Parts: sequence; structure tokens; C-alpha cells
Amino acid sequence: MTICPERPEKRERAVKSKRPVNLELSTIHFPMPAIASILHRISGIIIFFGMAFLLYGLDLSLSSQDGFAAVAELMNHFLAKFVVWGTLAALTYHFVAGIRHLLMDIGIGETLEGGRLGAKLVFVVSAIVIVLLGVWIW
Amino acid sequence: MVKSITSLGRTGAYDWLMQRASALVLALYTLFWVGYFLATPDLDYQQWAALFEQTWMRVFTLLALISLGLHAWVGLWTITTDYIKAAAPRFVIQALCGLIMFVYLVWGVEILWGL
Repeated sequence: MTICPERPEKRERAVKSKRPVNLELSTIHFPMPAIASILHRISGIIIFFGMAFLLYGLDLSLSSQDGFAAVAELMNHFLAKFVVWGTLAALTYHFVAGIRHLLMDIGIGETLEGGRLGAKLVFVVSAIVIVLLGVWIW
Repeated sequence: MVKSITSLGRTGAYDWLMQRASALVLALYTLFWVGYFLATPDLDYQQWAALFEQTWMRVFTLLALISLGLHAWVGLWTITTDYIKAAAPRFVIQALCGLIMFVYLVWGVEILWGL
């Protein structure tokens, strides 16, 4: 964005002024609740596409005894484990962050401090569950 | 009041409610699976097929699939409306999302009732 395009002399002043600037990129980051929110969106999209793999697995596993064995065999492969773990990890995060949403709907954790604390709690709780899921799958 | 013809219920309040109601169904369905897998560490085909023979399990799964469709529609509608400003590509992508959800639903019915 250009500052004051119609008056270049004013622009000059704005650039040279001694206003405090903060361009230390390592110190600039999104607030915790914003990160919690964008991850909620990303995890939702991952679940949406991951569902195709889960439905495929359900279809095959219920088709016959052999189909069930085929899914069990498939789950020995790294890529299959990774896809299932990734989808369930997204589901875990989406679930925990969704509970936070519902709590905020009824008025819990709506303050600025509450929002920050809630976001951190969501990260910690879902990270623990996601690691446990990895242990279960591998 | 701003109304959008592509949102699920035409109004934000209705979308909000559908998102919450479907979220509760999906949360219960997810918790059911957590309990089931914790209770049956050595799952075999007989147990697995018997579970999905039960009418309540088929209905519960169908309810979860319908909720998934509604929930994903509201969520993906919100995301696409936020980030894709040009109307034509946004409409195409939203229509694709709707189509995928419809396929999931029909596929689910086929799996559950073996049509």
C-alpha cells in the first residue's frame, strides 16, 4: 500500500519520521488464538479429504473376510499408516478445538486471557492425543 | 441483513445452529469409536461385521455421515467465501465440495446396506 499517493511530500515525511518500527520478523507472530483458528480450518479440510480413505477402508473391510484381511495387510505399509494417522490427527485437533468453540459459545473462555489460555490448552491436549494415536498405529 | 444463496440455510444463524448440532453428533460418533477401539484391541472380522449388522449402528453411522455433509458444507462454505473472492471459481469449488459430500453419502449408504 502506498502512503498518500496524491501528496508525495507527505509520504517523504512519513518515511523519514522517527516512528518506532518493528520489523524483527522473528519477534512477529500471529496471536495464539489466530493460530488455533487457522489450524481448525486446515484440519477440517484434511478430514474432508481423508474421509475418502476411511470410507474405502470401511468398504473393503466389511466386504468379506478377505477384504478385512486386505485392510489389515494394507495397514502394515508406512504410507497407509501415515494417511490414517494424519487424518486422525486432524480429527483430534478439530475435535478438541471444536469443544473449545462450544465452550466459548456458552460463555467460557471468551476474554482475551481466556482465549489465549484456551488456545494453548487445545495445542497441548491435542498434541498428547496425536502422539498416543501414533503409538497405537505403529 | 446480508443473505447468501450458497450458504446452507440462507442465514448465518441457521448455519451456526446446523454447524453446532452436527458437531455434537460427530463428537458423539467419534467418542463411540474411541471407546470401541479401546474395548476391542484384538478386533477380528466376525466382531467387525456383527457390529455393522446392527440396525442402530447403521443408523448411527448414517446420521454421522449426514452430519458430516452439513458440517463440512458450512465449514467449507465459510473458508471458500473468506479466501476466494472471484465468484466463478468460488462457485465451482463449492459445487465440487458439495458433489464430494454427496458421493460420500451415497457411498456410505451403499457400504452400510450393501446395495
